[in-house]
Amino acid sequence: MERIPILKMGDCLLVTIQMDMHDRIALALQDDLTTRVSTTGARGVLIDISALEVVDSFIGRMLSNIASMTRLLDARTVVVGMRPAVAITLVELGLSLPEVQTALNVETGMELITGAAFGGAGSNGRHSD
Amino acid sequence: MAVIQTEEFPIRSSEDIVVIRRVIREWSIASGFSLVEQTKLVTAASELARNTLQHGGGGMARVEKLNGPRCGVRIEFRDQGPGIANLEQALSDGFTTGGGLGLGLGGARRLSNEFDLKSAPGEGTTVTIARWK
Repeated sequence: MERIPILKMGDCLLVTIQMDMHDRIALALQDDLTTRVSTTGARGVLIDISALEVVDSFIGRMLSNIASMTRLLDARTVVVGMRPAVAITLVELGLSLPEVQTALNVETGMELITGAAFGGAGSNGRHSD
Repeated sequence: MAVIQTEEFPIRSSEDIVVIRRVIREWSIASGFSLVEQTKLVTAASELARNTLQHGGGGMARVEKLNGPRCGVRIEFRDQGPGIANLEQALSDGFTTGGGLGLGLGGARRLSNEFDLKSAPGEGTTVTIARWK
């Protein structure tokens, strides 16, 4: 089965979801990321979903699970690049993902993660300097 | 209301759900839907196709392109699974028998302009949704 690649940069793991995942690939990503956080000691996970045209309840649950699992392993997950149409649809679907931290793009997402590593940033997506 | 195109797709694996998402996206674009409208219908279809697979043990999706006073796309999901005893409960958010989030049916109804659910224990389930431009 194909898998989503996970890149390591410093103490952060990066994932860019480039394709419309079927459910088993999404579950594999959840397991792979959690395992990699544990083996690498990563402090942050950045998931770029800017290429995703649809996030349904299954993918939404995957993102939420990843955030919860990595938090238990002392790493912060930030989901970046959600398309506006996806955000509108998710909320109407009934899924506002309160436990998932988000940022508009990779740059601000990385700031959140690195800021957190130094004990800086707050808990919502837009910290003030 | 005239049906100008009909196609059927099997739902037997999670890969088939991806195919249905792609087909509904294409048909929504062909019907002139906005990006948000496309995304809502594709997401609703994804939820219902997964229900057909997980609760119905697989089934079929029939997609219709509609023309007439309004353009639209209608999708019927049909399975021969165990059926639903309490339709009202099945439609309420958070109720699940499958370990999911329990948002599938209620969410799909909110994301569609028309929604119809027919089911009885032992008689399978048919869910029909439509979205209009």
